Amino acid sequence: MRILVVAEHDGRTVAAASRSALAFARQCATATDGRVEWLLLGHQLDTPAADAATYAPVLAADSPALIYPLAEPYAAVIVAAVTERRADLLVAANGTSARDIVTRAAGLLGGAMASDVVRHEFRDGRLRLQRPMYAAAVLATVELLGTPQIVTIQPTAYAPAERSSAAAEVTRLDVSERDPRGGSQYVGLAGQRAGRPDVNQARVVVSGGRAIQSREDFERVVGGLADALGGATGSTRPLVDAGIAPNECQVGQTGRIVAPELYVALGLSGSVQHLAGMKNAKTIVAINRDPEAPIFSATDHGLVGDIYEVVPELIARLRNA
Amino acid sequence: MKILVPTKRVPDPNQRVGVRADGEGIEDEDLTYVLNPFDEVALEEAILVRERSAGLVEVVAVGIGPEACEDQLRVALAMGADRAILVPCDEVLDSWNVARILQQLVLRESPQLVLMGKQAVDDDANQAGQFLAALLSWPQATFASRIQWLDGEVQVDRETDAGLETVRVRLPAVVTADLRLNQPRYASLTAILRARKKPLQRESLEDLGVVIEPRVRVLGLQASSSSRNCRRAASVDELVAQLREAKVV
Repeated sequence: MRILVVAEHDGRTVAAASRSALAFARQCATATDGRVEWLLLGHQLDTPAADAATYAPVLAADSPALIYPLAEPYAAVIVAAVTERRADLLVAANGTSARDIVTRAAGLLGGAMASDVVRHEFRDGRLRLQRPMYAAAVLATVELLGTPQIVTIQPTAYAPAERSSAAAEVTRLDVSERDPRGGSQYVGLAGQRAGRPDVNQARVVVSGGRAIQSREDFERVVGGLADALGGATGSTRPLVDAGIAPNECQVGQTGRIVAPELYVALGLSGSVQHLAGMKNAKTIVAINRDPEAPIFSATDHGLVGDIYEVVPELIARLRNA
Repeated sequence: MKILVPTKRVPDPNQRVGVRADGEGIEDEDLTYVLNPFDEVALEEAILVRERSAGLVEVVAVGIGPEACEDQLRVALAMGADRAILVPCDEVLDSWNVARILQQLVLRESPQLVLMGKQAVDDDANQAGQFLAALLSWPQATFASRIQWLDGEVQVDRETDAGLETVRVRLPAVVTADLRLNQPRYASLTAILRARKKPLQRESLEDLGVVIEPRVRVLGLQASSSSRNCRRAASVDELVAQLREAKVV
């Protein structure tokens, strides 16, 4: 298979999630005697291209029209790259960026796409993919019909690829001069992260649910424990809806999917929708005042108690260790 | 102005969904079905636009699937859609074919905006809106939590992993709704009964000139469990001891 992997980057290095996509792509290349290349998009790409090249060859689409990650120009350039390289597999890490951009590209490339893949195998030379449905209560095994195939993988399901021994080549993709922005215009981004790691990067995630009553409490209880453990903060949907937790904290079926070493669930009941976002964490701890809360049946360690009393005590214990 | 709102009939997400013993489908005998929650939000937004607009706005709900989809379209009409279109189809469709059917409807109806849920809570694919925008070569704004109407364009706040992103897209466009966009109104039983008088037309795949081209073949389903054995601690000290023993803190 000729495989292109979309490399998301922050202007310096390639995202760990994209390295998970590369790990998947390398396995597919090995199974089919194929080859893998990064597809890097943006403007002023020398630094991220140099980083990407320590993992795999790079096809870099560098253009002022790609300063902002808008679906219209990005998808058009991805399609140009797939066509130029005659790629038969396009891979990316599932997240809001790929869901927006790579899915649009897939729509331009014939629609043979599987999102959020968690496992794969080759059977008689054909790629079989497993993906969650119904809030991850069901795993479907699917095959894609048509070429190219487009796959986004769930980053938590594949360990990020390691660097290769020597730096690979960086090739520039000629991005046409015509304005590819179409009818979209970037206005701005308002991030709200308070100096903590991102939920997808963190080794520890501490999440709060309905028991949290205010923004201040979220910061003090959930944020406080996250800080004591060097982790990120997460939350359930109702808490985000109530304006108590920031949007990008939301873990679950319709939010972020995480699989940290340790997931601590504070005062959350454990809805199917929330479990879909965290059930693959290595160790899950729950604290809830309701001994019958469903979260306890999805948990390794549990404590029945009021988080407002128990968590400050837990923070103190951890800090004094 | 016209807003097209594609909807999907899905199992109520508050039920447990099990897999049939043969792995070829879900256990659907006792399931109740609802309008996909994200599509409900999209529909509510379209109705709000009509209510707040001085000009004439028509809201058209679309359903694709078995005849039973009429139930969900009646709910859409009861919430306030002006009319509904049902495209009867007994085959299970992948996102590509849903988008192709919608493309043909858009070409016939010429809406200025297609407003739909960002994902359906059954297959969780999150693809149909983006596919449709690609097929139409229209701008897209996905995962909308706020839509502001400007002259000939909309400004959309998008919920992304990096935070709230704001974009402007020229109309006609496809916008997909996230749950925080609004709180959908409740369609009462009397409203549903009254909505029986509203027009619901059927358009066959043949009429639309669409021949289904499968892109995703489902080979089988299996249940995925989230249950673990919980060790209950009696105190904070005991919990900390357990976590140290497990070497997670």
